[in-house]
Amino acid sequence: MPMRLPKPMPAQKESTLADLITETNLAEPDLAYTAIIDAHRDLDDTASAELNARLVLILANHNGDMDVLGQAIELARKGLADDTDN
Amino acid sequence: MPSEAYKALYAYEYERSPDQDAATPARHPVIVIGAGPIGLATAIDLAQRGQPVVLLDDNDRIGEGSRAICFSKRALEVCDRLGVADRMVEKGVTWQVGKVFLEDERVYEFDLLPEAGHKHPAFINLQQYYVEAYLVERAMELDNLEIRWRNKASGVEQTDDCARLTIDTPDGPYDVEADYVVACDGARSDMRALLGLDFLGQVFQDRFLIVDVKMHAEFPTERWFWFDPPFHKGQSTLLHKQPDDVWRIDFQLGADADPEVETREENVAPRLKAMLGDVDYSIEWVSVYTFQCMRMEKFIHDRVIFAGDAAHQVSPFGARGANSGFEDAQNLAWKLDEVLTGRAPADLLRSYALEREFAADDNIGHSTRATDFISPKNAISRVFRNATLKLAKHAPFARRMVNSGRLSVPSHYRDTPLTTPDEDMFGGTAKPGLPAPDAPLEDAAGKPVWLLDSLDPGFTVLAVTNGARPNVPEGMSLSVIGEDLHDTDGLFVQRYDARPGTLYLIRPDQYVCARFRTFDADALAQAHARAKGEHVG
Repeated sequence: MPMRLPKPMPAQKESTLADLITETNLAEPDLAYTAIIDAHRDLDDTASAELNARLVLILANHNGDMDVLGQAIELARKGLADDTDN
Repeated sequence: MPSEAYKALYAYEYERSPDQDAATPARHPVIVIGAGPIGLATAIDLAQRGQPVVLLDDNDRIGEGSRAICFSKRALEVCDRLGVADRMVEKGVTWQVGKVFLEDERVYEFDLLPEAGHKHPAFINLQQYYVEAYLVERAMELDNLEIRWRNKASGVEQTDDCARLTIDTPDGPYDVEADYVVACDGARSDMRALLGLDFLGQVFQDRFLIVDVKMHAEFPTERWFWFDPPFHKGQSTLLHKQPDDVWRIDFQLGADADPEVETREENVAPRLKAMLGDVDYSIEWVSVYTFQCMRMEKFIHDRVIFAGDAAHQVSPFGARGANSGFEDAQNLAWKLDEVLTGRAPADLLRSYALEREFAADDNIGHSTRATDFISPKNAISRVFRNATLKLAKHAPFARRMVNSGRLSVPSHYRDTPLTTPDEDMFGGTAKPGLPAPDAPLEDAAGKPVWLLDSLDPGFTVLAVTNGARPNVPEGMSLSVIGEDLHDTDGLFVQRYDARPGTLYLIRPDQYVCARFRTFDADALAQAHARAKGEHVG
């Protein structure tokens, strides 16, 4: 019997496997969108890339669920690479 | 690769063996190839278990050089069984705290052993040649362990029941046979090449300048790692203290550095001056390395078993090379002994491959993630790495993501077929598939003893007294806490979640393989049979 790699995360809530929320989850989606765009004001491409990276890391930690993060990565990669359906 | 001459610190003599004059090849139960730390550990462990062992080495000396320096708590526990840990700890520099700096600001700190009540420290730093010298001395005390210097295996042939080696010596070649050959001949293993086996993985592009500097300095005995320090802009630097006032400094150089140019004293000196200021120092060793994470697909090939760097290689961030090699040695030695003496089926050896291939993946994963963080492989990796470092100044979660190396701890054999799954609930830090945690105890006479020292070299049942002494099946020794040993500090109870009647079955390599809340001789016998490979299909 082959040994498996350690499971990615000891799930706190083992009963429910969390799903990525893909329906609208913000009361004011337009404002959230604008806030993200505005955050890049006055930044050059290098600084913008760093801002995006920081945001991804901050939000990934806030989310706290490896499974949800995996689903988010999968959704984000759709249409960008050969490994996902377009 | 080291560019300097390999200076000998300890030299040993080639001696002619009667095997070289034998009419037909002599037959040995086990031949170990390579008198590095892992070959020596394997050979000593086997010999202490009573096996006659031949240990071959193509050289006749132990060299100076910039090799392993960090030895983990677990490696010390392994070496304690071999009789050399006290010397290692006495000579070594003990440490447990690591600090990570971004520019000149501390962004992360870790303590590798925040609790007391363990015999061995989290880590010591010690030049590899000392460890080898202590192990050679210990090996020479054992009558049933024969080291043959300047014996180089140059051919191997496998039959149904043995491996036949051709060995080159200063007196010419001879043949010899062994039930099992353990190849501990390093990352550039000749045995691997002789068998035509692949060593696959990832090579990292960045070059690193490794300097061992002798000087008097006031740095604390901690592991210090800088990202983008003022004295080495845009790259990383690692500082470690070794015995004899020697400091190990790793400077990251990037992918384009020229090893020949970088190792010239006139180019090393300004780097040291920028970092250390005007101090008097002498350079003990300097070389430029690239790092790689590689492993063999399978560690066992018929009668030839691979261990240590020959089987798997990691980048140094995390000190997972020699330390995981010691764990290989300890995992393999008792299993080979059980199989060679007929106490366990040959299938038990397959559990060595299962457990240590799994551990190799675990170690390679950690080393690869650390190396990718230190030396980002593309532009976007660098963006995320720098974002993490900058965030670490403000957000605790990012500090935990800063990865300058995750230091070696034993891999948890979660799914090993040698473990009997828990049927009862347990808390504490002891877990099946991990080494038994140490704890301070007192023996029946009130003398302090360490739990790990009290374990039998074979299987041990650790039971907590409930009045009736369990009548354990044959093949295991019994220690009763509360009768033979006393948990005066209460740390055994805490670490093992022990209650009256609780039993732990400990493997010969000190790993927990079963535990029960109540004594049942049949269940214990079954767990014992399972730990000896009955269920390794």
